[in-house]
Amino acid sequence: MGYTKLQSFALVILRITIGWHFLYEGGVKILNPHWTAKSYLLDSGGFLKGFFEMIAGNQTLLSISDTANAWGLALIGLSLLLGIFTRYSSIAGIVLLLLYYLSHPAFPGIEYLFPSDGSYFIINKTLVELFALLVVFAFPTSHIFGLQRMIKSNKIFLA
Amino acid sequence: MAQENQENKSGKLSRRDILAGLAALPLVGIVGYGLLRNKAEAEKLNSSLLSDIKPEIQSGIPPLIEGKTLRIGIIGSGGRGGYLMKAMGFVNPERIDEYTEKGKTDKYWAQYLEDFKAQDNLNIKITAICDVFDKNAEKGVAAGANAYRNGKGGKMDDTPKRFTTYTELIASPDVDAVVIATPDHWHVPVALEAARKGKHVYCEKPLSWSVAETYEIRKVVKESGIVFQLGHQGRQTESYNVAKSLIKQDVIGKISLIEVCTNRNDPNGAWVYDIDPEANEKTIDWKQFIGQAPWHDFSLERFFRWRCWWDYSTGLSGDLFTHEYDALNQILDLGIPNSAMASGGIYFFKDGRTVPDVLNMAMEYSDRDLTLLYSATLASEKNRGKVIMGHDAYLELSDTLIVSVDPQSTRYKEKLEQGLVEPFKPIFSYVPGQGAVDAVTSPTEKYFAGRGLLYTYRDGKAVDTTHLHLREWINCIRAGNGTQPSCNIDQAFEEAMTAHMGTISYKEGRRTYWDKEKEVIV
Repeated sequence: MGYTKLQSFALVILRITIGWHFLYEGGVKILNPHWTAKSYLLDSGGFLKGFFEMIAGNQTLLSISDTANAWGLALIGLSLLLGIFTRYSSIAGIVLLLLYYLSHPAFPGIEYLFPSDGSYFIINKTLVELFALLVVFAFPTSHIFGLQRMIKSNKIFLA
Repeated sequence: MAQENQENKSGKLSRRDILAGLAALPLVGIVGYGLLRNKAEAEKLNSSLLSDIKPEIQSGIPPLIEGKTLRIGIIGSGGRGGYLMKAMGFVNPERIDEYTEKGKTDKYWAQYLEDFKAQDNLNIKITAICDVFDKNAEKGVAAGANAYRNGKGGKMDDTPKRFTTYTELIASPDVDAVVIATPDHWHVPVALEAARKGKHVYCEKPLSWSVAETYEIRKVVKESGIVFQLGHQGRQTESYNVAKSLIKQDVIGKISLIEVCTNRNDPNGAWVYDIDPEANEKTIDWKQFIGQAPWHDFSLERFFRWRCWWDYSTGLSGDLFTHEYDALNQILDLGIPNSAMASGGIYFFKDGRTVPDVLNMAMEYSDRDLTLLYSATLASEKNRGKVIMGHDAYLELSDTLIVSVDPQSTRYKEKLEQGLVEPFKPIFSYVPGQGAVDAVTSPTEKYFAGRGLLYTYRDGKAVDTTHLHLREWINCIRAGNGTQPSCNIDQAFEEAMTAHMGTISYKEGRRTYWDKEKEVIV
């Protein structure tokens, strides 16, 4: 598992920027007591529209999904940023992003209330971030730059 | 890389390991700083906007007052009458089957039926039906018997008695209260008869067809002591009540102009209703339909599309403007305007109708220093909303409520300068069902508020305002302590006179005035 310096740098930067993004998105939601994904879910499109609308319509499911979403984002972000358990967090991040994508797929013919920040056909930024996380998963860097390196290199630290 | 591996194998934590291991910590700190800054900003906005304003939000549905089963007679069981019966819990079993069938493929109808079945039982019995068209009467009878909300073949309650005249229905000892859903020219004659016989009245809007009868019905209702409710179900709309509380707290400043409108663009919206193939001179009591209207030979068009003729209708002013007016009268206690000026014409539906399909009215409230503008067309659906314009902010109303700040506001001058509020952007939004008014902070919220997202009313918690309106009437009857519902006879009187001022102005091509002392239109 040898990366060149440039490769390590690129991979670490990718991991950290995605982590930063996740942590901030999650943190904002946790810190705002009124935040809910209700209107976002109600604006869903595509073949899972009904599923997301069902969550939005059920108070219990909605609050579970809101809490899981906000804390999920923050913890995944923290993990990617700090470089620890990144194999698990990148998979969890992929699952979250996939859910976002499926609720608002960039398919032609579907219009959303919330305007998109660009022009997309099938591939949008959510999907790009998702595949970027796949790269993070496939090319781990926490042992080079991250807390993982300290754990691996010191058994006492682990205990 | 090779060196790193060596270090790892040694099992010791080198300086390099520590550096590379903890290097991301400062980044977490930066993100954390960003988060706290964001939170502080949001709190500053929220506290500065909401600190001195306490919007009143009604919670839940008022409980039903207990009492004996109320026996209700329906006078006019056509389209609107059928809807009122549904709002009370009575639907023709054939319709239930229809909803069930449609619900199998369409979620909307499945939800519609579910909502209907979940609607509270008002502890009433439909004991009598009267309609001049046999088919409507039969439908009403079938719906009235369906107390258990079943489809065809299901368990039914006693069949209501069909009366051929409203006087007989009102005289029936099995009737405690009546619901009137006749054409406009019949509202007052029927309501008068009921009030005189001591039967409570729920009457569809507008209150009256002519000016003269408006005084009489007010007098008789008051003398009789019956519980009277005019059918403006908008009285139950949550956002109107929130708007009222915001305006009371001077959130938008001095109001100088109010704009309301009607925008429809389909034959149904223009009152060109279907003509029932089973309708003919044998199945319709034409003479009774005409009533106090000028005589006209039998006409299916006039019977089914009566709203298109002044002979039976009150036109745009009585039929549709009154919805807007009553909402504003509820929010602002407007009362009757000092003057009204109307113009318009029959510009699109040149189908022989006598009522205009485009109408514009300017109503002056000189003692309140404000103008109420109404503009209607039946041939364009471009929605122009309902806007109350104040010096400090403007309030836009639909099912949702949005308050946006005026850049020249005096009240918000400091906050505008400090960048705490942005001109023309919403500062408050209220979406029914959310249970809270938010000082709008995040771009997403601003966006959804601006689009007037109505979904909360569809996601299973929607409550039919007509049900609430009837419920309020029934509660007042049961309370039996002289309490009148929200759209009582005084409110109804103001509604009718205001509408008549507009209609007279349109018909006579002149400005009409309200003489407050004498209570007459001059």
